Amino acid sequence: MSVVLDEVLAARAPWAHVVNAGETLEIVDLGGNQAVDCILYDAHDHAHRYSAADTVTAQRNIFLVAGTQLLSNEGVPMMTITATTCEYHDTIGGACSRESNTLRYGHHTAHQHACVDNFLDAGSRHGLTKRDLVSNINWFMNVPVGADGTLGIVDGISAPGLAVSVRAEIDVLVLISNCPQINNPCNGFDPTPVQLRVTG
Amino acid sequence: MTSTLEEAREHARRQAGVSPLTIPATSATYLPDGVDAGTVLWDEAVPGGGYSARVLPRDAMLRVTDVEGDACVQLLVCSAANPGERLNVADTVKVQWQAYLGPDALLLSDMGRVLMTLVDDTSARHDCLCGTSNKRSNDGRYGDGSVSGPAPNGRDLLVLGAAKHGLGRVDVGPSINLFKSVRVAGDGSLAFDGAVRAGTHVQLRAEMDVLVVLANTPHPLDDRPDYTATTVRLTAWRAPRPDVDPFRATSPERLRAFQNTEEHVR
Repeated sequence: MSVVLDEVLAARAPWAHVVNAGETLEIVDLGGNQAVDCILYDAHDHAHRYSAADTVTAQRNIFLVAGTQLLSNEGVPMMTITATTCEYHDTIGGACSRESNTLRYGHHTAHQHACVDNFLDAGSRHGLTKRDLVSNINWFMNVPVGADGTLGIVDGISAPGLAVSVRAEIDVLVLISNCPQINNPCNGFDPTPVQLRVTG
Repeated sequence: MTSTLEEAREHARRQAGVSPLTIPATSATYLPDGVDAGTVLWDEAVPGGGYSARVLPRDAMLRVTDVEGDACVQLLVCSAANPGERLNVADTVKVQWQAYLGPDALLLSDMGRVLMTLVDDTSARHDCLCGTSNKRSNDGRYGDGSVSGPAPNGRDLLVLGAAKHGLGRVDVGPSINLFKSVRVAGDGSLAFDGAVRAGTHVQLRAEMDVLVVLANTPHPLDDRPDYTATTVRLTAWRAPRPDVDPFRATSPERLRAFQNTEEHVR
């Protein structure tokens, strides 16, 4: 096994990198309870991308756990969670945006940095536009659904040093936003850096 | 009998049958109480395996009726003026703190605005989590899931509807299912409710000029071996907006979504 890449992604920052088939991306939650928003694209056809709906439908469960196959909008396995020390991860809560922040927290948040802007910033360097953004993965984020359907982001179940490893089944452009949200507990109200390591 | 141009033309012209589209729409008869036929914009029966797409103006009402009770309608909505502004199912459930659509719920765009409001809903069994089938999944369940085969998949039908309005595969993002529901247990597992209930409907009010794309295909968790989706009726009409809108301020989040929308359409 060789290390292809090993870096610390700063708090609030975006990231995009092609993880080739067979390589593994490990994300380490250095500070604890740091949401890492993530979308996957087929490196050779960006219209073929991660689908939260296909993923939860196939496993009949909303939580991403060890063994979960991350499926595309055409039902193709893009990556597989090979190991995770955080019990489960979210894929129904979406990404924060300046626009949705105004609904959730009020118009005073209109100029706060947000994940959609990170996706657009990093994605635009790979030819992606807003039309390419879809429901994402939220590594280390906790979004339960109550018996009456109430859904929301609550205190996380992650901790400093917990990590998740995903193996690429095809060549995948991985788009990440190290979530800058400060209005809910997804980052413990304090965005922190994460470690990104690709091995192959 | 079609070997000459004249014979082929006569043969083609003899084929007229019953239209699934009411033409003109103002001759529609299957209308909700109080709706004047003169205001009807669109009236169409969409069979299982079918799709349709239409631009509706702000304030239009769209009623989707599960006539026989075993339909499952996939719904996509985007701004007609800027299709890049589209339904965001994650924001829809997260902003409203509710995974299950029902009366009063808003369909939110990815720009913090309201695309459509559920002003009436006698079904209240819908699904924002599971999306729709694709060719691969319907190939596996029914043998051939292509749109040219007997079990058309939802995703590719939505692509066809979107393509008729100049959009492409990238524009077909997460969709909503109407008339079949999924409920989430405490451990995150999904339970599907596919019970047959004839005659329920959902009525959506357009909050800006919208493009709606709908398909009628089995829910991806519908395990029945036969491809089953009964006909739905789509009926849209112009309706005046009330001076005091009962849907505008049912929560602080919804009020701000309407405020953003009002600034947009001003």
